[in-house]
Amino acid sequence: MKPISSWGRLSHDHHHVIPLHDRHNVANLIKAKSGQPGIAYGMGRSYGDVALNPNGSLWLTTGLNHLIHFDASTGRLRCESGALLRDIQRLFIPRGWMLPVTPGTQMVTVGGAIANDVHGKNHHLLGSFGDHIQHIRLIRTDGTEIECGPSLNSEWFAATVGGLGLTGLIVEAEIQLRPTSGPWLDTETIPYANLSEFFELADSSEMDWEHTVSWIDCMSNKGQGIFMRANPNEDLKEAPKIKSEKKMPFVPPISLVNSLTLRPFNFAYRNFQKYKAGFGIAHYEPFFYPLDKLLEWNRMYGPKGFYQYQSVIPRNVGQDATQAMLKEIEKSGEGSFLAVLKTFGNKESIGMLSFPKPGVTLALDFPNHGLRTHKLLDRLDAIVKEAKGRIYAAKDARMPRELFEAGYPKLNEFIKYRDAGISSSLSRRLLGS
Amino acid sequence: MKNTKRIAIIGATSSIAENCARIWAEQGSVELILLGRDQKKLEVVAADLLVRSPNTKVEVVITNFIDPTIIQKTVNTLFTPDPIDIALIAHGTLPEQQDCQNNLALNYSTLEINGISPALYAEAFAQHMAKLNQGSIAIIGSVAGDRGRKSNYVYGASKGLITRYAQGLQHRFANSNVHVTLIKPGPTNTPMTAEMKGSEKFASPEEVAKAITAGIDANKTVIYTPAKWQLIMMVIRHLPRCIFNKMNI
Repeated sequence: MKPISSWGRLSHDHHHVIPLHDRHNVANLIKAKSGQPGIAYGMGRSYGDVALNPNGSLWLTTGLNHLIHFDASTGRLRCESGALLRDIQRLFIPRGWMLPVTPGTQMVTVGGAIANDVHGKNHHLLGSFGDHIQHIRLIRTDGTEIECGPSLNSEWFAATVGGLGLTGLIVEAEIQLRPTSGPWLDTETIPYANLSEFFELADSSEMDWEHTVSWIDCMSNKGQGIFMRANPNEDLKEAPKIKSEKKMPFVPPISLVNSLTLRPFNFAYRNFQKYKAGFGIAHYEPFFYPLDKLLEWNRMYGPKGFYQYQSVIPRNVGQDATQAMLKEIEKSGEGSFLAVLKTFGNKESIGMLSFPKPGVTLALDFPNHGLRTHKLLDRLDAIVKEAKGRIYAAKDARMPRELFEAGYPKLNEFIKYRDAGISSSLSRRLLGS
Repeated sequence: MKNTKRIAIIGATSSIAENCARIWAEQGSVELILLGRDQKKLEVVAADLLVRSPNTKVEVVITNFIDPTIIQKTVNTLFTPDPIDIALIAHGTLPEQQDCQNNLALNYSTLEINGISPALYAEAFAQHMAKLNQGSIAIIGSVAGDRGRKSNYVYGASKGLITRYAQGLQHRFANSNVHVTLIKPGPTNTPMTAEMKGSEKFASPEEVAKAITAGIDANKTVIYTPAKWQLIMMVIRHLPRCIFNKMNI
């Protein structure tokens, strides 16, 4: 048994860690022991308790990192589920192929990206990670194997994509990579003064820009922020210089994100980005994964950890609900440091429990101040619920069960595909077992 | 001079060895011969290397780690028709110290697989490389071999055997074109250590593999990886017994 945390560092409970490194031996290792359910754990980048299982088993998948086959004519890559998105990007971009969808960090496993059906800055164009998976090999704790894909056992596929690891252990996957001309992007950075401007920019960018995202200043309820958009640069071939990573060297005794630092940070960041406003060229790594260069940045929130809160709100009420959430945050004084606002495209996700749906998504993080933070999050919940939105389970550690049930209407269908030998803190909290 | 390096890796399914193989494959112009006991596992490693580097030649050889006759034969075969340029000897196990104290059979097999077996492989490669006056032998030892400690002296003693053996080979080949590199990794975050407390803070096998491949290229005699372990172990080796014996390490 050893203490394990997730990215939010809210808990450090003991887990029985079972490393998986031989895909031919997975079935033996995860076989249900009586009363000892387990859950897959990869890079530990999900923020809340989706991959935690205190006093139970954690099946560590990072050793399952072998690539199995690549077809250079079709761009299909078959790999084990512990393979890192970073390694796939670095290996295949020089060969003219890349992952079609990646989240804000590339330090995640393929299995985690499928189980949380992650999305990226190009959701309006290419949907979420699960849209590009052609095949999954799943091993259940009763020893059975299930092969599934968009047209093979498609109901198992829809349960497993975004299925929070609860349908079985994903051992292998086949990903359709997309052709790329290289690692460079043409970017444009545009400041916006309020939410109306944001939505105008988002709408007008969706046709012509592959990647859109924005940082929003939570310390002012006006909704000012910085909009960033990018397209692949087809011409630049120069090899990138990959700078070395830095590491947050220690856990400070208190959160470095606090009322004294937030206002100056937000002010400085906004003005720095305004200064950079205009056109530019960026390498994909700093543009897509800006925080990966500071390894273990989650430590800056101090020993109590932090909460992530990501919601999606249908478009018709998106602006009002976002405005209302910003107002609540300002009122509470619990500012958020890395607030991200983005519109999703109109494509419905494949997964029964996939998070992305048409609308606008706001991601926030708050240092854990106990009850004070919980009260604010409860008020945000009320806004999300009224707007018929939903919360992202991969980032959640505290949403009430009724909000989960209201946000995910295919939940009852999903339950049929659960593996009885798999359970997480999140599944016990939100699904009752 | 031929352009393709032939590299033999004993215990190629170990994390550190596999990461060395990935680095070599991605550098290109190598032929990798993966040796181990389990065909299926070796084939998984080989397929991975071929996806990473489609033009690399990868071969899988099943062998035995214990039987001196088989070790001799296996290595003889590796040198025909072409000689091996680099031999990385990487196999080993890491059982619980307490289990080794209670179970002499486990104790014996730990000493054998981590100590005697790598020494025999090194000697077999040395026979061929001495004749050719050409080649590199790299053996994975451990910082645990630097001083016996109550928490892991069975494993440590086997790795200590490797330390002396490598020293002897280095002395023997001092004025030749044969190079012997002893690698002493500190605690590494591999499946072998996943259940240990704090293992997520250990060095990654990728990082260790980078140091190993660069060290072999530079014909280094001893590589501590990460490098800080050279200093730590120097202190540990020189601590007076009265202080050392009070430490719970």
